[in-house]
Amino acid sequence: MAFSEQEILAGLAEIVSEETGLPTESVSQEKSFTDDLDIDSLSMMTIVTLAEEKFTVRIPDDEVKNLATVGDAVSFINSAQS
Amino acid sequence: MRDVVVTGLGATTPLGGDVASTWQAALAGTSGARTLDNDWAATYEIPVSFAASLAVPAADVLPRPETKRMDPSAQYAIVATREAWAHAGAPEVEPERLGVVVSSGIGGIWTTLDAWDTMREKGARRVLPMTVPMLMPNSPAAYVELEVGARAGAHALVSACASGAEAIGYGLEMIRSGRADVVVAGGTEAAIHPMPIAAFAASRTLSTRNDDPAGASRPYDTARDGFVLGEGAGIVVLESAEHAAARGATVHARIAGVGLSADGYHMTSPEPSGRGQIAAMRAALQDAGVAPTDVHHVNAHATSTVVGDLIEARSIREVLGGDADHVRLSATKSMTGHLLGGAGALETIFTILALRERTAPPTINVTEPDPELVLDLVRDTPRGLPEGQIAAINNSFGFGGHNVALVVTT
Repeated sequence: MAFSEQEILAGLAEIVSEETGLPTESVSQEKSFTDDLDIDSLSMMTIVTLAEEKFTVRIPDDEVKNLATVGDAVSFINSAQS
Repeated sequence: MRDVVVTGLGATTPLGGDVASTWQAALAGTSGARTLDNDWAATYEIPVSFAASLAVPAADVLPRPETKRMDPSAQYAIVATREAWAHAGAPEVEPERLGVVVSSGIGGIWTTLDAWDTMREKGARRVLPMTVPMLMPNSPAAYVELEVGARAGAHALVSACASGAEAIGYGLEMIRSGRADVVVAGGTEAAIHPMPIAAFAASRTLSTRNDDPAGASRPYDTARDGFVLGEGAGIVVLESAEHAAARGATVHARIAGVGLSADGYHMTSPEPSGRGQIAAMRAALQDAGVAPTDVHHVNAHATSTVVGDLIEARSIREVLGGDADHVRLSATKSMTGHLLGGAGALETIFTILALRERTAPPTINVTEPDPELVLDLVRDTPRGLPEGQIAAINNSFGFGGHNVALVVTT
């Protein structure tokens, strides 16, 4: 079963909120993980690990550096769904 | 040598979520032991179905992101540190003059076992990146270091059930040697998980009084049958006397000396003659410059095991001689259970409060004292301690034959 973009954003916002304590509403498409959400590399890897499980996708380590914004991550997860 | 005083206290324990509630519950003779609200005993056929878990869960106090990135052992240390640091008046100190010594006897066992469960069920890719920083035994010390911004050093001495006391002893030495002016020191433990319970039960050291958890920890009682597993943390803010005086801090007591020894005898059994315990207490008194006649209170290690309690009592008698007659002996594990790496720190806090309030806390559940007990045990209700300059000893002993005695003075 594939997730819609909206579902991916909502699910990702939950993961980020759990990790950072920020409200889910603040996790919107245009937000930068590092600059806006203050997420360090270890936290980013935690988010990636949890997102892989939640959306049943694989996010290769090489790809993580390209995921600058929440929107980047939503797009990647969406396209990676088989 | 620089005098070291205590200016802040913090704790989260089976008796209360802070020092005040813990102390009040202790003076009231409350047991923190309860039947576990899970089915571990039935599911895994563990012979013990109770423990002394925290009165106030750390998850009720800490924000969610903190509980996710800290093992429970670090969470408890942080809860206690925040209280102790605020209690000390958040001392202004150069980061380079601020140290941390926080120990755990077991380490991040919940994190370790959860990660292994995850890996076996879901594969290596589901193991979270924070696993190592959460499971390493120095994790509580490191989180406390980050919490207060300490740069003089952050240490995690490990000596099983003596860890918390050894941490405070090392904090004392850090200030005496001039490495730091203020040290946040103590111990923490979070091992109420089915595997450690099964393991302690396998070594036949836990009480199996499942039908009466509150009566299970009964140091010096003839019917004692082992210790009750507890959890929690105790943290003290240690400070050089000059530093505390210069900022007008309230001084609760003085950590006057520490004595350390090893039994060199057996992994789990205390050496029967008490030679190592005696050496530690004598060294602590000498280090403190305190004579046996000044000692009026001992917070015993006394875990409620058949063999250990009496060896310690005889050792205290040997060290203090006739002066043991005026010692009020308290075995607070009768109420808190055994916090393992947190025990020595929590019991140092009890010792500090006993001196400050001139009140020795009670030992509960002693319906028939062991006839071989040769000391004046404070039973059921608190008893007063004399006015004037007095001293107390807090003993902590750990698997491996580690012996730590701390001398606290008014």
